[in-house]
Amino acid sequence: MSVTDAPPLAPAPVEPPAPRKPATRKRLVPYWLLLPGILWLIVFFALPMVYQASTSVQTGSLEKGFEVTWHFQTYWDALTDYYPQFIRSLLYAGTATLLCLLLGYPLAYLIAFKAGRWRNLVLVLVIAPFFTSFLIRTLAWKTILADGGPVVDVLNTLHVLDVTSWLGWTEGSRVLATPMAVVCGLTYNFLPFMILPLYTSLERIDGRLHEAAGDLYATPATTFRKVTFPLSMPGVVSGTLLTFIPASGDYVNAELLGSTDTKMVGSVIQSQFLRVLDYPTAAALSFILMAIVLAMVTVYIRKSGTEDLV
Amino acid sequence: MTQKTAGGDVRLSGISKTYGSFTAVHPLDLTIPQGSFFALLGASGCGKTTTLRMIAGLEDPSTGTVFLGDKDVTDLQPYKRPVNTVFQSYALFPHLDVAENIAFGLRRRGIKSYKKQVDDMLDLVQLGAFAGRKPHQLSGGQQQRVAVARALINHPQVLLLDEPLGALDLKLRRQMQLELKRIQTEVGITFVHVTHDQEEAMTMADQVAVMNGGRVEQLGAPAELYENPRTTFVANFLGTSNLIEAEVVEAAGDDTVVTCGGAKLRVPGDRCVSRPRAGGKLLVGVRPEKVSVAHADDAGAIADGRNRITGRIVASSFIGVSTQYIVDSPACSDFEVYVQNIERDARLTPGAEVVMHWNPDHTFGLDADQDIDAGVETVEESA
Repeated sequence: MSVTDAPPLAPAPVEPPAPRKPATRKRLVPYWLLLPGILWLIVFFALPMVYQASTSVQTGSLEKGFEVTWHFQTYWDALTDYYPQFIRSLLYAGTATLLCLLLGYPLAYLIAFKAGRWRNLVLVLVIAPFFTSFLIRTLAWKTILADGGPVVDVLNTLHVLDVTSWLGWTEGSRVLATPMAVVCGLTYNFLPFMILPLYTSLERIDGRLHEAAGDLYATPATTFRKVTFPLSMPGVVSGTLLTFIPASGDYVNAELLGSTDTKMVGSVIQSQFLRVLDYPTAAALSFILMAIVLAMVTVYIRKSGTEDLV
Repeated sequence: MTQKTAGGDVRLSGISKTYGSFTAVHPLDLTIPQGSFFALLGASGCGKTTTLRMIAGLEDPSTGTVFLGDKDVTDLQPYKRPVNTVFQSYALFPHLDVAENIAFGLRRRGIKSYKKQVDDMLDLVQLGAFAGRKPHQLSGGQQQRVAVARALINHPQVLLLDEPLGALDLKLRRQMQLELKRIQTEVGITFVHVTHDQEEAMTMADQVAVMNGGRVEQLGAPAELYENPRTTFVANFLGTSNLIEAEVVEAAGDDTVVTCGGAKLRVPGDRCVSRPRAGGKLLVGVRPEKVSVAHADDAGAIADGRNRITGRIVASSFIGVSTQYIVDSPACSDFEVYVQNIERDARLTPGAEVVMHWNPDHTFGLDADQDIDAGVETVEESA
């Protein structure tokens, strides 16, 4: 029998629909991958937040114990008692953020466009201070700004301190234990958080855009104003946020470099928690600070028009 | 705004560019006539883009002078030159929309009434409906047109185009070639176009400068370059040439007679780059489409006085309008012939003995002291 005489092949059996299970499993993969992160957030962020929120509306004392009495008055009391520290925190953090931007932008620009083969070295130098403890670095500033130290001497000789004292930033011939010292410490400590996001967004800018702007009659200054700076806005926004948010809650700089007159809200929260042991007030202060910062950040992001860029 | 005086030529006088020990462009003299469509053609790394960037002011020449008209602009910053560039990857400003991109140059020069001009320019490049889009919302072809519009709106004395079509697919590239040519004719501005695509250069340009290794190999109108290449690089880079190394038998009179692989060929004396000497060597060239193929059995029917070479077909490929044959002959192992598909001879299959013949006037002679394969590989790379 030849092959052609073979009976026609039976129609191929219809493929059974693909089993649903693997598809479902595939769909779930992203959620499985998210799980560790979500768990982490729940345990270390959401639960403590709920716990602190409940603490903030408790009343009582350490001896008799605290219980939830929905005592929202604590918030009002905290705000009225400590509003100077709040204002000071925002002022110091804001000034430090501005200084970080003014100092960090040129450096980030330099690293991104001019450093060439030194780029990685300079980046390492930016991060290098992190190899030392935050506390040590801040204490070092105590030495730098010490009374009668070389820095203060130079500032004195140049009569800079006369101006800053007149402005209320320093006192007489001292820098330590003044607002200026605290802002210096904040600026120093948070500078890398400004430089790195700035560098990242500057580095992403196509160098040909600068050439194109120059080709289209923009002077180097105009090129910066119309092309480079707008394109670096994502970096500016994330850098300022990364600097301002932690700086406004910081207390180490105020404690080590400042005086009682330069206390920031972070110091108050710290002492309420650890020394006065008034947990409800401490928790309420934390929430107020959070709310203020959140509100400011929202307005800021809206204003800078970079919602889709951050 | 555009200067239409005869003195608007771009003149490069002895310009060169060296990076350390590497010479990107050897001292170069070039005049680009005002209002012409001029192409700088060459493989990557031949110095064409560097030359363009020196005209734009984006690169400082190591030596020499750049003139725009009578004005020496060598030391002028790019933003002060009446020259605009269409960049290779367009370099559109991603944070600005199409209209703002196009208006950029006018606004930098403080021109207040730019709205109308932007609208006109959008019409010219047929992008009126896209004025409010951001560059990343456009296709490659649309981005390319924005880049052209953004440069053209400034009515530059010279428009520089750096491989402007490189990123587009073939069909779109053809379309944009015609579009650019139309725009150039319409606005009458000098276009200097850098490309590695010889077809693009030949379709669009009035004048082509073929560059190789930082030097201009040959300059001329496309047809002139194609018909009368002066170097093996030009012969191979622009289209395809059959180059045969031959010995000169007789150099007196109008025609030079050479022999190669037993065949005697005639080359018109005025189509030889330098005067050949009897006993010397000569590279004889002929374009594949000028050659006819006859089966060996029909050799008798070939008219007298034609150059002829015998061989055997080793490969043939049918490409619709024509058939390409590769013929192995004693003179040349891979002689290419393109035959129009008018009447196909069924005997012309691989293995067939054939006679190739052509009008001696279509033969050109090149100096023998050069690399016979120069410019061959580069074409394949870029194709």
